[in-house]
Amino acid sequence: MSASSDAAGRRAASSDAAGGRAAAALRRYWRANIRIMAVLLGLWALAGLGAGILFADSLNAYRISGTGFPLGFWFAHQGSIMVFVLLILAYCLYMNRLDNRHRRELETTMQEG
Amino acid sequence: MSVQAWTYFFVAVSFGLYLFIAWRTRVRDTRGFYVAGRGVPAAANGMATAADWMSAASFISMAGLISTMGYAGGVYLMGWTGGYVLLALLLAPYLRKFGHYTVPDFVGDRFASDLARVVAVSCAIFISFTYVAGQMRGVGVVFSRFLEVDIHIGVIIGMAIVFIYATLGGMKGITWTQVAQYWVLITAFLIPAIAISIKLTGSPLPQAGLGTTLEPSIAGQSGVYLLEKLNQIQADLGFSSYTATFVGGWDKVNVFCVALALMVGTAGLPHVLVRFYTVKSVRAARWSAFWALLFISLLYLTAPATAAFARYYMIDSLNGKTAQELPSWFENWEMTGLILWMDDGDGVMRYSAGDDNEIFRGGSLSQAELSDVRVGHQAWLDSDGADGADGRTALRARGLSGPDRDIIVLATPEMAELASWIIALVAAGGLAAALSTASGLLLVISSSVSHDLYYRVLRPNATESQRLSVGRSVIGVAVVVAGVFGIYPPGFVSQVVAFAFGLAAASFFPAIVLGIFSKRVGTIPAVCGILAGIGFTGFYIIACVFFDMETWTFGLFANGINPQGIGSIGMLINFTVTLALTPLFPRPGKDIEHMVDSVREPEDAGPAVMIETAPEH
Repeated sequence: MSASSDAAGRRAASSDAAGGRAAAALRRYWRANIRIMAVLLGLWALAGLGAGILFADSLNAYRISGTGFPLGFWFAHQGSIMVFVLLILAYCLYMNRLDNRHRRELETTMQEG
Repeated sequence: MSVQAWTYFFVAVSFGLYLFIAWRTRVRDTRGFYVAGRGVPAAANGMATAADWMSAASFISMAGLISTMGYAGGVYLMGWTGGYVLLALLLAPYLRKFGHYTVPDFVGDRFASDLARVVAVSCAIFISFTYVAGQMRGVGVVFSRFLEVDIHIGVIIGMAIVFIYATLGGMKGITWTQVAQYWVLITAFLIPAIAISIKLTGSPLPQAGLGTTLEPSIAGQSGVYLLEKLNQIQADLGFSSYTATFVGGWDKVNVFCVALALMVGTAGLPHVLVRFYTVKSVRAARWSAFWALLFISLLYLTAPATAAFARYYMIDSLNGKTAQELPSWFENWEMTGLILWMDDGDGVMRYSAGDDNEIFRGGSLSQAELSDVRVGHQAWLDSDGADGADGRTALRARGLSGPDRDIIVLATPEMAELASWIIALVAAGGLAAALSTASGLLLVISSSVSHDLYYRVLRPNATESQRLSVGRSVIGVAVVVAGVFGIYPPGFVSQVVAFAFGLAAASFFPAIVLGIFSKRVGTIPAVCGILAGIGFTGFYIIACVFFDMETWTFGLFANGINPQGIGSIGMLINFTVTLALTPLFPRPGKDIEHMVDSVREPEDAGPAVMIETAPEH
């Protein structure tokens, strides 16, 4: 009797600790998510709104070598779209890894708890 | 076979295919009807999203817009693709994790109020109707141009087809039909582009052909870049340079505002958002955003090439030519009123930006008005100006200088002298683009009314079969309303579509982003923000477009903000109002906080669930 209630008490305490660790893991996951988002959205703004629009007039002074594309025009018509596709690809790949790491962390937490 | 016979053939085959898919995927429950049973694989969902979202405007009008706008046409290219980055990073995974049926579901539950839900439903319905009107018009336009059917009958045929496959299969039918429609429309867009690229530049990749040199046989010498040649021709005729930035009304501020409004609007369009509810998992939601943009970029990287090729071809084959030298495509399209020649009497066609321009379009003039102008002009020519009326002055006064922009995509295959079956394929592609978007929008209207209003607000104890029949009958009503809008359109196809983006940018996007990324924002601030954003944007657009209000400069800019770009300001107003009011109102309750937490954490890794339900612990 006493052994099993001891075990129950220990289990409660450990699952509290495990819950705390799990919550911390979730916070880390969310922070990593926000970080990658901020970086990628920065690049998004730089390519689309920046190179395609805000700096397009100055970039137009340069030509992509070997082609007839003025740089600003190219960003507005094609370059930014290519960057957008790559940004989403990068996000998907990164988040896949982050999801897996998060799951592994939780599994370790469970086993220790 | 003639072009028309081929067109009938392709239209019949593609419509048959859509109906067959609809029959195979018919559904019996609301889960299938609203979110396709959540069983759509990521790549298929990407294709469906691409078709759903590439509308009649993208397919028929966009390349033509770019062709006349040059650099500034990039606002549509960047605007309609950049939104997918916002979608993938800020919205799609979280909405999928939330996992209900509609966008108003999220807004209503997150802000715990039926008021928010009703506001969101009204926005969704309003946006969808604005947008769907343009699609129905697009269906009518394709029918009337390729099959010489009356535009109204074209709209009615389109309505009937959409009605059948949307009511039978709901989201499931629509999704798989859209996958088929994607392939029809992308094939129809790419083949003419590739052919014309080979012809002009020798490059089989139109995307690269845009940046290379013209074939020596065409340019007269080797090593002339297409874009340089185009700039030079444009300058010769008095048009502004094709690649130069910020000319005319398209100054930096306006290009920025319009591009941003289109980007944010894309991310806030309810029929695009709802697609991410149909996939299996959060991971699949992210991947389907990637697939969607990849499939969309196939068309969007080609459109600027088509635009420049067609611009070059059109000027080159028309300007300075006599009636005998004109290509046959010109005569075919002259009959439709998309392109008109009002000669000044010398028998040589001139296309320019000045008063001596002789190329016009019929615009919204009726057949009768148009033939009046033609007869008057002929009389004017015959009598050396003593009788009749100069058609050029009349058309210029109505702002109808230059050919209709839709002709760029519709006539490109003929300009490139392609086989008649390819020309017919373009008609099927245009119909696929219009129908796929229309069906996605009609489903949003249907789910907004039958799920969000009827089930969630009015009759929470309605049975499954009641909800399903309400959903189906709402589609019926919506199809009819959309058809009426298509027959009596409230403006140009692409203009109307652009307004839907402004409204979506100013209403949904800020509400959903704040709902996910802030736990502090409560009901009243969010609702006030949505109302302020959509109220301001709606007012500005309606006042500018229908009541000729001067555009506003806000005392900061040299030129007033184009109504298409006002959604950017509307979005800022929404964010500002919501965030400013937030500290004044109470925090949302614990249950909302849990909901936001559960939306944020990755699936299959919720710690609370694992500890409580795992049998060993």
